[in-house]
Amino acid sequence: MKTTMRILYFAWLSTEIGLSEENVLVPTWVDNVTKLLAWLKTRTPGHESALSDLSAIQVAVNQVHTCFNHPVTSVDEVAFFPPVTGG
Amino acid sequence: MIRIQKDDFDISAEVANLSAKHADSGGVVTFVGLVRDKTDEGLPIAAMVLEHYPGMAERQFSLFETEVHRLWPALRDTLIVHRVGRLYPGEHIVLVITVALHRYIAFESCQFLIDRIKIDAPFWKREEIIFSESKTISRWVKQKSSELPPSMSRQLSMNTRKI
Repeated sequence: MKTTMRILYFAWLSTEIGLSEENVLVPTWVDNVTKLLAWLKTRTPGHESALSDLSAIQVAVNQVHTCFNHPVTSVDEVAFFPPVTGG
Repeated sequence: MIRIQKDDFDISAEVANLSAKHADSGGVVTFVGLVRDKTDEGLPIAAMVLEHYPGMAERQFSLFETEVHRLWPALRDTLIVHRVGRLYPGEHIVLVITVALHRYIAFESCQFLIDRIKIDAPFWKREEIIFSESKTISRWVKQKSSELPPSMSRQLSMNTRKI
């Protein structure tokens, strides 16, 4: 059984993947951010190249900055982005 | 107070508005971030585009407000205004104003807020660089450790290894 999840991409991640947002059907074994990333990388070459260097990527789950072992479920909004450059 | 907007802001008016609410305060400190006209390499910038994460940006600013009042209980008030969209060299990007009874509180808390914004506010800059007469290139700005205070720079590089 699969569940959907809202994924957002910002800055160069979005440029490289070619998407700023997608709603994905994730397998049930995807229960944290690390596993989500591993699964997302298999989707397209753009995903694979953009998500290959994990040290360059940060994550927010439901708009809260967190780390890669944070759990995720189908009702979550997960955003991936590079280190911020505002201000 | 927090605002995220495309339009420019009027620094004098914002300072006047905030001060008027706290007539007994002795110090107001203002920080303004500007769009530079050159990249780090010295190439001319045609424009800068600010992208942001709506929802999370407001949430983070609200968190910074809570933090700054907790750390400086005598701080009277703060204002953060951050612009988004297409901006040009010399234009305003961000405004931080702090109001306090004493100047050292206003100075320290203002610095704290802009440092927090630099590390944790979900905004990303894209530079449009004039490479030659006929060529403009677009590139995402990378976060620089030189923009961060040394202690935060160390903490940040530790955090990115939590994989």
